[in-house]
Amino acid sequence: MTARIGVVTFPGTLDDRDALRAVRLAGAAPVPLWHRDKDLHQVDAVVLAGGFSYGDYLRAGAISRFSPVMETIIAQAKAGMPVLGICNGFQILTEAHLLPGAMLRNNHLHFICRDQRLRVENAETSWTSDYSAGQEISVPLKNVDGRYTADEHTLDELEAEGRVVFRYLDGNPNGSLRDIAGITNAAGNVVGLMPHPEHAVEPLVGTGGTDGLGFFTSIIKKLVNA
Amino acid sequence: MARVVVDVMLKPEILDPQGQAVQRALPRLGFDGIADVRQGKRFELEVEGPVDAAALARIDELAETFLANTVIEDFTVRVETDEKSEEPK
Repeated sequence: MTARIGVVTFPGTLDDRDALRAVRLAGAAPVPLWHRDKDLHQVDAVVLAGGFSYGDYLRAGAISRFSPVMETIIAQAKAGMPVLGICNGFQILTEAHLLPGAMLRNNHLHFICRDQRLRVENAETSWTSDYSAGQEISVPLKNVDGRYTADEHTLDELEAEGRVVFRYLDGNPNGSLRDIAGITNAAGNVVGLMPHPEHAVEPLVGTGGTDGLGFFTSIIKKLVNA
Repeated sequence: MARVVVDVMLKPEILDPQGQAVQRALPRLGFDGIADVRQGKRFELEVEGPVDAAALARIDELAETFLANTVIEDFTVRVETDEKSEEPK
C-alpha cells in the first residue's frame, strides 16, 4: 500500500508545494487538497502547511479554521486521522482547538528566519517515531506569530503527559512558554510545530541536511503498519 | 441600522509586546506619565434589524467563537446608542 498524504492549500498558504514534495521524497503519494473542498479524497493523513492563510487577518489561523475542508479535518482528526500542522498549520490547529493553547506575536515583534536546533522530546507520536527521544535536529524556522502560550495548568498537563514534542535549543526564538516548539494532542495523532521540517528534506536546500524527512517517513511507517 | 461594538483585549496576564513598544516610544515623543499601554482590537458591527436580546446573544456567540480567542483574549459587547459620537472630530 502507498500511503496517501494530503496537503491543504488555503489562500495565502506558501509551503504547500514543499510539503507535497517532502511527502513524495519520503515515498508516499502526495494529494493536494483545496480549502473549499470538504472532500479529503481518501487520504490517510493530512498536513496543514505553513504560510499566511487568509493573510493572518484577525489572528493567524483564525479564519482558515472555519473553512469547509477544516470541518472534515476536525471531525477526522478527532476520529484518529493523523494531522501535522506546520507553522501556520500549528496556528490553525490551536484555533480549531485540536491542540490546546494559542499562538501570539513573537515577544520581540520581529519576523525571524533562521536554522533552528530542536530537541525531540517525544518520539512516540504518529509523526515522530523515526526520531529518538532526546535527539537533536536542525530545521528552518520562519515566523512572526510563534510565541506558544497556554495557562500554567495546561502547560503542566502537557509536560506531565509527555505532550511537548519539540523544544527549542540555542535560545528561544520567540518567547514561547517553556521553550515549546511543538506539541501533540492526547491521542498522539495530531502534532503541531512552528519550525519547518518540509524545508529540510534535501541536502541541496534549506539547512543542507535532511533532518526534517523523519516526519514524513514516520507517518508512512505508521500508516503502513496500521 | 444599529451599531454593536466588540472590544477585544489580551488577557491581563498575557505579555503584550506591541503595547510595550508603544509605551516605550512615548517619552521620546514627549508624552510622560503613561505607566502602561496595552493594545487591543475594536470591531464595529452594523446590524440589520433590531438589536434585541436574541441578536445580542448571537453577536456574543460570534465574538466568543471568532472575533476573540478566549484562550488569550477577553471581549466586551455593547450597543452604541449615541448617534453624535459617530461624528468625526
